[in-house]
Amino acid sequence: MQQAIALSAPRETRRQQHFGDPIFAVLATLSGIFVLLLMGSLILSLFIGGLPAFRRFGIGFLFSAEWDPVHEAFGAAVSVYGTLLTATLALLFAVPISFGIAFYLTELAPSWLRRPVGTAIELLAAVPSIIYGMWGFFIIVPIMSQYVEPTLIDTFDGIPVLEDLFAGPPFGTGLFTAAMVLAVMVIPFIAATMRDVFETVPAVFKESAYGVGCTTWEVMRSIVLPYTRVSVVGGIMLGLGRALGETMAVTFVIGNSDNISGSLFSSGNTIASIVALEFPESPAGSLKLASLLALGFILFVISFIVLAISRTLLRPRLKV
Amino acid sequence: MSASTSSVELHPGPAKDLAVARSLGRRRHRTNLIVKTLCVTATALGLLLLASILFTLLWNGFGGLSLSVFTNTTKPPGSNGGLLNAIVGTLIQTGIGTLIGTPIGLMVGTYLAEYGGHSALSNAVRFVSDVLLSAPSILIGLFIYQLAVEPFGGFSGIAGCLALAVLVIPIVVRTTEDMLRLIPSSLREAAIGLGAPKWKVIVLICYRAAKDGIVTGILLAIARIAGETAPLLFTSLGNLNWSVSLGAPMASLPVTIYQYAGSAFEDWVQLAWVGALLITVGVLALNIAARVALRGRS
Repeated sequence: MQQAIALSAPRETRRQQHFGDPIFAVLATLSGIFVLLLMGSLILSLFIGGLPAFRRFGIGFLFSAEWDPVHEAFGAAVSVYGTLLTATLALLFAVPISFGIAFYLTELAPSWLRRPVGTAIELLAAVPSIIYGMWGFFIIVPIMSQYVEPTLIDTFDGIPVLEDLFAGPPFGTGLFTAAMVLAVMVIPFIAATMRDVFETVPAVFKESAYGVGCTTWEVMRSIVLPYTRVSVVGGIMLGLGRALGETMAVTFVIGNSDNISGSLFSSGNTIASIVALEFPESPAGSLKLASLLALGFILFVISFIVLAISRTLLRPRLKV
Repeated sequence: MSASTSSVELHPGPAKDLAVARSLGRRRHRTNLIVKTLCVTATALGLLLLASILFTLLWNGFGGLSLSVFTNTTKPPGSNGGLLNAIVGTLIQTGIGTLIGTPIGLMVGTYLAEYGGHSALSNAVRFVSDVLLSAPSILIGLFIYQLAVEPFGGFSGIAGCLALAVLVIPIVVRTTEDMLRLIPSSLREAAIGLGAPKWKVIVLICYRAAKDGIVTGILLAIARIAGETAPLLFTSLGNLNWSVSLGAPMASLPVTIYQYAGSAFEDWVQLAWVGALLITVGVLALNIAARVALRGRS
């Protein structure tokens, strides 16, 4: 009897172990598959939700600038234009600054300063987007309307194309301000990625360049940048992906209107901002809600493409 | 030797003319100095922006900080309302969202690091998880709206939790996979050599060794979702009354801030600033805690 118990105990454990392994493996694999299903159902739910709008307006939905809830005529052109314009403009501001920060952090800063400054920049990425919205609305908008926009309007007055770009009453809100706030929000992402990428350059390469008498800038331009070019573009695309889908901050400062005007100072909207604003007035099952979901689908497709490119470019260099 | 000499002689300026060489050198160093100055300026600008945000929050929010903010629920303008329901709502939704998302993220990360290798499935999972990490959070909100709000006939706290859980998953996946990959295989081999089954090696050895890193990931995930507004707008909606029911619309700090900041009432705007200060301090503190947890390890 005694012996039987002693014998059966290890066998029992072995059986448990025997079962434990496949169960755990299946559980892990199923979790992996779950993520795929999650993404799949996300795309599908947006597409199915937007189907009534796609059916009603067809491909014209993409190109129609109309947004008329009364007559139930909806089009994506204004918000797609706003989304692409603000995100691109934001990158125009953000990329040089991010590059400067990354350059400073990898080559110029004394080593004791690198970590605190790097952390501070990363904290900028952690600030919630609603805070950027409030900060933009209460701090940046007044600065824009009182100083920046009047100055720009005066400066470019009389210069053919720029005159039209920087025209209109300086309200402070609008596409231009939205792009500025977006730029601030994506700087930490781009800067941190660029820094990580720059750090992958083998020290020997840089040391040899310094050894033949290159200045710091020449090392950056002729050694580091060519070596990391692809990943730097990947980092910029990552910032673009973030900027495209940013909601709360943009909603606060873009001014929200349904028109396209040539001026950067005019108000507009982005896909994310129009969805956030119009959603409460869109009853379930309405064509308006379907149009918003269709907009969501379009935004998803755009950001998916951008993020996929970004990841493909970054993956070989960084384990991102 | 002669070849290299002749190539130098082919070069027009520097080697022959000392003055040209000097001016070229001056120009190079001037360019260098200009670029360096611009880079320092860019970094200073970045730090200035962070300082400006923090200062704005302290300046506008600190004055409104009082006990009633934490003891009173949101009330109509002019009646000394607080943020109690919003704070509790955020804690509940963030907590449940993390509790749902973390185990899934952990298992996915484990799959990628320990089982998947570089199979087609695991590459696909890794890719999708990475895209999900940066995907617009407002779309997650629309997705959960379609999934858990419309079919069940109303906004609910649990829908908010689900939306936040979806945001947690990719963050935990990333850190878990990275941290598990850092563990030396000798540790695994030692455990396997003692006859431990694979799942025990992972749970008892690898998780324990990677604990700090995994906790960091979870903290970062909490920090991220605590400040999320967009996905909650379509799921838990916000609630100006006291409610802790997961089946009813639930308040949250970010959504309350959004509603209050745009209002015309002075005391509501003030409360929005207080809420903004609270959420930012909380989120930044979590971020710093996460960094400290990781640094203690490396």
